[in-house]
Formats: sequence, C-alpha cells, structure tokens
Amino acid sequence: MGHLLEVRNLEVKFALRFGDLTAIDNISFTLDKKEKLGLVGESGAGKSVTGFSIINLISKPGYISGGSILFEDRDLSKLSTGEMRKLRGHRISMIFQDPMMTLNPVLTIGTQMTETVLAHMKVSKSDAMDIALEKLKKVYIPSPEKRLFQYPHECSGGMRQRIVIAIALLTNPSLIVADEPTTALDVTIQAGIMDLLQELCTTEDMGLILITHDLAVVSQVTDKIAVMYAGRIIETGPTEEIVNNPRHPYTKGLINSLPGGLQAGSRLAQIPGMMPTLTDIPDGCAFNPRCTINGPICLEKLPELRVLDGKNHSAACHMLENDQRDK
Amino acid sequence: MFAFIVRRIIQSIVVMLVISFIGFSVQHNIGDPVRDMVGERVSVEEREAIRDKLGLNDPFWTQYIRFVGNAAKGDLGTSYFHSKPTLQVILSKAPATLELVLVSSIIIILLTFPIGIYSALFPRSLFSKIVMGFSTIGVAVPVFLTAIVLIYIFGVELNWLPAYGRGETVNIWGWETGLLTWDGLRHLILPSLSLSSIMLPLYIRLIRSEMMEVLETEYIKFAWAKGLNKNRVWLVHAFKNTLLPVVTVFGVEIGILFAFTLLTETVFQWQGMGFMFLEAVERSDTALLVAYLMVVGGMFVLINTVIDVIYGFINPMVRIAGAK
Ligand SMILES: Nc1ncnc2c1ncn2[C@@H]1O[C@H](COP(=O)(O)OP(=O)(O)OP(=O)(O)O)[C@@H](O)[C@H]1O
Ligand SMILES: [Mg+2]
Repeated sequence: MGHLLEVRNLEVKFALRFGDLTAIDNISFTLDKKEKLGLVGESGAGKSVTGFSIINLISKPGYISGGSILFEDRDLSKLSTGEMRKLRGHRISMIFQDPMMTLNPVLTIGTQMTETVLAHMKVSKSDAMDIALEKLKKVYIPSPEKRLFQYPHECSGGMRQRIVIAIALLTNPSLIVADEPTTALDVTIQAGIMDLLQELCTTEDMGLILITHDLAVVSQVTDKIAVMYAGRIIETGPTEEIVNNPRHPYTKGLINSLPGGLQAGSRLAQIPGMMPTLTDIPDGCAFNPRCTINGPICLEKLPELRVLDGKNHSAACHMLENDQRDK
Repeated sequence: MFAFIVRRIIQSIVVMLVISFIGFSVQHNIGDPVRDMVGERVSVEEREAIRDKLGLNDPFWTQYIRFVGNAAKGDLGTSYFHSKPTLQVILSKAPATLELVLVSSIIIILLTFPIGIYSALFPRSLFSKIVMGFSTIGVAVPVFLTAIVLIYIFGVELNWLPAYGRGETVNIWGWETGLLTWDGLRHLILPSLSLSSIMLPLYIRLIRSEMMEVLETEYIKFAWAKGLNKNRVWLVHAFKNTLLPVVTVFGVEIGILFAFTLLTETVFQWQGMGFMFLEAVERSDTALLVAYLMVVGGMFVLINTVIDVIYGFINPMVRIAGAK
C-alpha cells in the first residue's frame, strides 16, 4: 500500500504575542519500512520541530497549521489526544538528544521501562519486566538484570542512550524518530550508537528518521537525505546523490566544508554568514544573503523544490544550470 | 546508612554544643542564680558565700563544662518562678506547642501541595490566578493581623469557634493532648490556621514554581513521548521531582513555625512553650529561657534529621552517597 509515513505540505506555526511565526513551511517527505531518512540542517532550521510534529508534541505555543501526516494510512494531525497518546511510544518512538536529561532521575530504569509497556500492552508486570530485559539485551547492555533496578545516575552516558533506545524498542514500533541521538556523547561512543540504530532498523523492521546537523553521520547511516534551511526542505534525494552530486549551493557548501571527504565524527565547517532567524527571513530565497551564485530572481521569488532527474533528486534553487532548468 | 547516621549524630552534637554555648553565655552574663535560689532579701556577704559554694566564681570554661555535663544528664537548671526543674516546666508545656506546630504543618501540606500543583499545571485557570493574587498579598500580611481577623470573624462575630485556650484535653501517658477531644480540636482550628498562614503563600509559590520547572524538563517531555497518561506523567514523574527541593525547605520552615509560636500562642492565650517563654522574659526567669533555647534547639536538630532521612528515601542519589 502507501508509505509508512507520508508528510504532505506540513506547516507549523508558533503562536507568539506579536503574531504567528512560521517555523516549518510546506515540507513534504515520505518514508518506507526499513528506510532511513536523514534530516540535516543548521541549528534552528526546524529539524526538531519537524520530528516532534510527527507525534504531535511540539513545545508550547507551537501548533500544526497545515498539511497532513499520514502514518500507516492514518492522518495523525486529525487524531484525538487519546488516540495520539496510544500511538506515541507505541507505534512511533522518539530518541532524544541528551541521554543525561532524558531519563527521570528518581525512578529506576526498570520502572521507566515497564511503565511504557504497561501503558500500551495488556500484560502483567512481570511480563513487562521480561520484555524490558529482552530489549536491554538487544541493545547490548552488560548485566541487564542488574540495570533494571538501578537509577539513571548509576549508568554512563552511552549506557543511558542505549537504555533510551531500548525503551524506544519496547513495543516494537514501526517508526523511530531520533533527534540528534549522539550529539551529546563522546565521539568514540557515537559510532557504536549509530551502528546499533542501523542494525535495529533492519532486524526490527523499522523506519528511522535521523535528525542531525552532522552530515558525515547521516551519509553513513541513511538511505536518503532531506536538507533543511529556515523551515523548508531545500534539497532532497538518495544519500549517494546528495553527497556526490549536491545541487543546491547550500548543500554544496555543507559537503565542501567537510574536511578531507567524509569522516565519522567530523562536524560541519562554517558557511559564511548565518541562517536567518524566523522573524527576519529575507524575501525570495532565504539563502540568498549567503549565496555566491544568486541572481535578481533570488531576491524576489521563493524557489520551489524541483525534480532534477530520474533519481528522486530535487532541489529548490533558481540558479541551477540551464540544462536542468527545463526538467 | 550507618555512615549517614554516625555523621548526623556528630553534626547534631556540634550543633547542640553551639546552642548550649550561646545559652550558657546568656545565662552567665544576665542571669543571677543566687537570686533565683534565695530571693532578694539576703545580705551581700551571704550571697558571696553561696556563689562560692555553687562554683559561680569559677572560670567561665569550668562553669560551661559543668553546664554541659548537667545538661547531658537532663538537668537544665531550676526555674526561679515555678520553683521546679526547668525541663519539667518545659515538658509540661511542650505538648501544646508541638500539637499546634503539627496541626499547622498538616494544614500546610494538605493545602499547599494540591493548590501548588494545580496552579502549576493550569497556570492560566481562574483559580490559579486568584491563588497567585492572594499569595502575593498573603506574603505581606503579618501573622498577628491574620490571627486578629480570624478571631474577630469566627470567634466574635460568628461565634463559631473558640478564640483562646486549649479547651478540653486528655492526659495520655503524661501527654496532655487536645487532639482527642472535640472541644480540643475546635480550639486548635484558629491558632493553627493563623500559624500556618505564614507559610501557605510561600509554600504554594515554591511548589508551583518547582513543579513548573520540572514540567519543562526533557525527562517530562520524554515521558509524554512514551505515551504515558497525564496522571502518570504529572503525579509520578513530575511530582516526585518536585518533592525533593520542597522537602529540603520544609526543615527550615519548621524552625520558622516554632519561632512564630511565640506570637500565635500569645494572641490565642495558648498555654505552650512560646507563651511560657514570653512569661519567662517578663519575669527574668533566665534559667527557664536558656532551657527553652536548648530544648527547642534539640527539637530542631531532631526534626531536621528526620527530614534528611525522608529526603534520602526520595532521592536515589543521596541513598548511594550514604551507603558508601
Ligand atoms: N517553543 C518555541 N517557541 C518559539 N519558537 C520556537 C520554539 N521552539 C522552536 N522554535 C523556533 O523553531 C525554529 C526551529 O527550531 P528547532 O528546534 O526545530 O531547530 P533545530 O533544527 O532542531 O535546531 P537544533 O540543531 O538547534 O536542534 C527555531 O528557529 C525557533 O525559532
Ligand atoms: Mg533540534
């Protein structure tokens, strides 16, 4: 049938005192089972807001103002609070950035795991414990039986992120949204967590949305990439295509700024200038103040995403070479 | 746990030594034990003889050590006015004060937790706005004013509740309690409401702000993302973390409650330690004053130890530290 997840023309606004601020502007993407999508972009591009809007947990003044989110052929933006709650942590799990802050300091790991199972499945407490134990083993936690009775502060950062991943797996979800799951961790631990996520997508039959500003990580893990800039997707396509044949000047900048090709753990170097804040996005193309190839049209007209060739590769730029311009 | 207890005992001893030093210094400088014993009509020579006999001309430190030694044996001197051991006088007054503080604390806990949590969860509701308004004013209203207004409304105008004394009490193993009779309970209402009123606004604000802070944390967001229901997120995840700082502050607050019993007991003619203390000040009953200081200090140390133990039970990180 359809895709596992299909986001269509999503628009998210923040209701602020001086009016509504558009944080996500008309973005669309799809994800199939076992597929891994990377959402890349600078800080403030709207990656987290996109991720949270899927489970309808955008922080306070934010709300979905348009578009639809089809998940397993249901429109999530039309679900009631109760129906949404049943999906969260059940069919769709999230992994947060900082494992030091994600787990509740005063509850044991066992409690934090079983409560999730009990919230979604009709099983006994001891069955829930068994499930928790099984998932802890799946993420390669040493002495998992002991961990169940420990508190978060008794585990290291890498361990805690594995526990968070185990929590995400508890109910065998079909989609995991991981918001910068390795940013807060040591470089040496990052690779392990990424390998684990990748492996689990295959063994557990899950789709993965990997949110990060680290293009190097994304290029090694994901099947396709969507590059975000100021609340829009400005280029999207298969990972190989984006990495080897970037078309948008912003994406090119991102790729070129990676030192010595792609290496795990390397960070984005600076593209001159800064991404505009939502309150002062320039007219026309939001990237134009930093762009090196812009022309007069870029100051006036917002470029739409255009399909570039037969490889599902599209970019939103007026200045692509002429031969690409007529489809 | 054992190390924790040993550490607490040592800390308590140090605190008690400091209190006793202050108490003794006061007594040494302004008290006159000879007058306390024999009254005013004894000649100067005779007094000197008695002073020598009692060791009152010994060096300060010798006397202080003797004072501490006696105190450790439960001898805190003799009250000049009551002509009885001070400890006995105080212990006869203690139940009244302890019951007043206890009931006030219960009122504080029962009111502030639900109200504080509700106004953190629904800050925009009318109820929360009213509560916040009242608590802003409430912080500034002095206790005696609250007490007088309460007495005027419920004691005088409506004549619903008794406005002074403890009413009927029952003696249980030497403890005069007003908690077991209907009359005693009715007498407790106005004084304990007045006493708790000093803490209510502060506590509601504290709980509210702590809870609001906790609600913003990542682990609460993660709890939502796990699909837990409201009650689970609010009452288990958020509430337990709110409790930690609140419990710590409660130790200090109880000390303040004790201090305010002086005022409350006077206004309500409540025959407790606070009332006794002010009488002792009027009568220059120094020995009794110092004994009061020691006893209240001791209670304070004890209560704070209990609170630390409770804190250790809620906070897993403390438990680990104590186990080392
Ligand atoms: N609670 C909020 N109130 C108002 N605006 C918000 C709020 N949360 C996010 N925004 C706006 O949405 C934009 C996108 O934020 P988002 O957190 O999605 O960025 P991000 O791409 O995840 O960046 P980062 O790499 O820093 O996590 C931000 O520029 C910010 O202005
Ligand atoms: Mg983010």
